[in-house]
Amino acid sequence: MIVVENLNVCFGHGKARNHAVRDVNFTVEKGESFGLVGESGSGKSTVLNCISGLLTHWTGRMEIDGVRLKQKRNIAFCRKVQMVFQDPYGSLHPRHTIDRTLKEPVKINRLGDANHRVARVLDEVGLGAKFRFRFPHQLSGGQRQRVALARALILNPEVVLLDEPTSALDVSIQAEVLNLLQDLRREKQLTYILVSHDLAVVSHMCDTLLVMNRGKAVETITRSQLKSGVIKEKYTKQLLVAGKGYDRTAIDLFQDFR
Amino acid sequence: MTGNTSLLTVKDLSVVFSSFKGDVCAVNNISFSMGREKLGIVGESGSGKSVTGRAVLRLLPPYARVRASEISLRGKNLLDFSEKQMRKIRGMEISMVMQDPKYSLNPVRTVGEQIREAYTIHHKAGKKQARQKALDMLNAVRIRNPEQVYDLYPHEVSGGMGQRIMIAMMLIPEPSLLIADEPTSALDVTVQLQVLAILDDLVSERGMGLMFISHDLELVASFCDRVIIMYGGQIMEVLDAGNLHKSNHPYTKGLLSCLPKIDGTQDRLPTLVRDDAWLKPAPGLFSGGAAS
Repeated sequence: MIVVENLNVCFGHGKARNHAVRDVNFTVEKGESFGLVGESGSGKSTVLNCISGLLTHWTGRMEIDGVRLKQKRNIAFCRKVQMVFQDPYGSLHPRHTIDRTLKEPVKINRLGDANHRVARVLDEVGLGAKFRFRFPHQLSGGQRQRVALARALILNPEVVLLDEPTSALDVSIQAEVLNLLQDLRREKQLTYILVSHDLAVVSHMCDTLLVMNRGKAVETITRSQLKSGVIKEKYTKQLLVAGKGYDRTAIDLFQDFR
Repeated sequence: MTGNTSLLTVKDLSVVFSSFKGDVCAVNNISFSMGREKLGIVGESGSGKSVTGRAVLRLLPPYARVRASEISLRGKNLLDFSEKQMRKIRGMEISMVMQDPKYSLNPVRTVGEQIREAYTIHHKAGKKQARQKALDMLNAVRIRNPEQVYDLYPHEVSGGMGQRIMIAMMLIPEPSLLIADEPTSALDVTVQLQVLAILDDLVSERGMGLMFISHDLELVASFCDRVIIMYGGQIMEVLDAGNLHKSNHPYTKGLLSCLPKIDGTQDRLPTLVRDDAWLKPAPGLFSGGAAS
C-alpha cells in the first residue's frame, strides 16, 4: 500500500544544514497499522509530513497504492490519505464551529450531501449531534481529538497518518481515543501510520514498527519481538528499558547514540 | 509517614477560582504532611495537583482564594508570613522547578548569571565565589562543560540541559524542600530518567524533601516513596509507592488499567468510569463570597 525508499530530507543550508531524515525505507501493507518510534529530533514526524505532502523538498521514492508520489499532490491523493495532528488545541480553527470545520473538506472535494456526512461521521467518532454546533473551546481535549479524527474520516480515506494522536491527552482519555482508532481501523479497513514517542502506545496499536534515531532508521521490529525483548540494536533496548519506569542502576548505563 | 520529623504540613487547604459560571473549587479541603522523602502527587489535568504545589509557595494569582487552617514548614506557619517574609522562604527554604525551561528561564540573561543570582539573593557572597558555586552546581547536575554553558543564553541550550539548569538554579540556595511540577514531562524518556536520577541523588545527598507533581502514574510509582492520588481537587488516597499496584481504590485501579502496556494485548483498553461518589461534597467554606 505504502512504499518509502531512500527518503532524504534536509533543512537549512551551509553551516545550518540539518540532515533530518537519512535513507529511510519501509513498506506498509494494506490494512496494516505501522508505527514510527523515536525521541524528539529523530525525524519521525518529518517522514509523516513527507508522505502527507506537507513537506515538498524531499528526495527519494514514495508510492501509495502503486502510484508514485510527486512533490505536488492532487485532490485524489487527499481523498485517499488524511492526517490527524498532535495538538487538538492548535489544529482546529477556533472561530469555526465543528459543523463548519467538518464541512470544509466535503466542500473542497465537491462530495455533496454535507449535512448527512457530518452527522454520520460525528456518530462514528462517538460524539453525536449535540456537539455539532459548538466551537472548539467548548470541547475537552479528548472531544477535540475526536473532531480532528472526524475531519480526516469524512472523506472516507484509505490511509490515515497519525502524528502523536494521544500525547496531549490524559491517560484515561488516551485509552478512549486508542480504542476508537482500533475500532475504526477494523470497521473501515484503514491503513495507519502512527508516530509516537511512547513504545507502549505503539506496541498496543501496531504489529510492525520502525525505530528511528537522529534521522536514521535503527531497525524494524515486530510487536512480538518487542514483547519478548528479542532485540538486536542497543538503541532500541535502551528505549525499552527507559519505557519501564525509573530504575536507578539502569540509568547509569544509558549511552548517547550518535 | 517516613521520618519522625515532619517537614511540611498542610491542613484543610482549599483553593477557589471565581468564574462567570460560579466558583470553581480547584483544590477542595486537602490535608497531608511530608518529611524528608520523595512524595509524588499524581492526577489528571484539572485534578488540582499543580495548584496545591503553588499554594504552598503562595504563588497563585491574587484572584485565587486560598484558605487553609495550616501550611507549616518545620513548625513555622507560612500563613502568618508577610509577602516580604515569604520572599525569604521561596528559594531558600522551598523552591520550585517548573515544567518548561523555555518559559521559566529569563531569555535575555545568561544561564550562569541566573544561577548566580539565585545564590547571591539568599547568601552573602562575592562575585567570584558565587560564580564558582554556580559552576560547581552545574557540575553537580552533570553538565559536562560548565564553564562554557555558564555564558550561554537559554535559547542556546537543549530542553534536557535547560531542565538541568533549572534544577541547578533551584538547588543552589540549598532549600530543604523542592517542589517539582512536572519537571520532566517535556523531555524524551531517556533524558527524563537521567534528570530524575540527578534529582534523586541530590535529594538523598542533601537530605531534602521532594514533592514531585506528575501525571505519569508508573513513573511516580517507580521513583517516589509515597504517592498521593488526586482527583477533582481532592485526595483519593495516599499510599506507599510500592503498593500502588495493590491499590483498592477504583480511581487508581482505573487509571492503571487504562495504560497500554508493551507486553499487553491489543484488545480494547478498559476505560475509566468516573463516579461522583468518589468526591465528598464541597464544604461551605466560601459562602458569602468572602475574598481573602
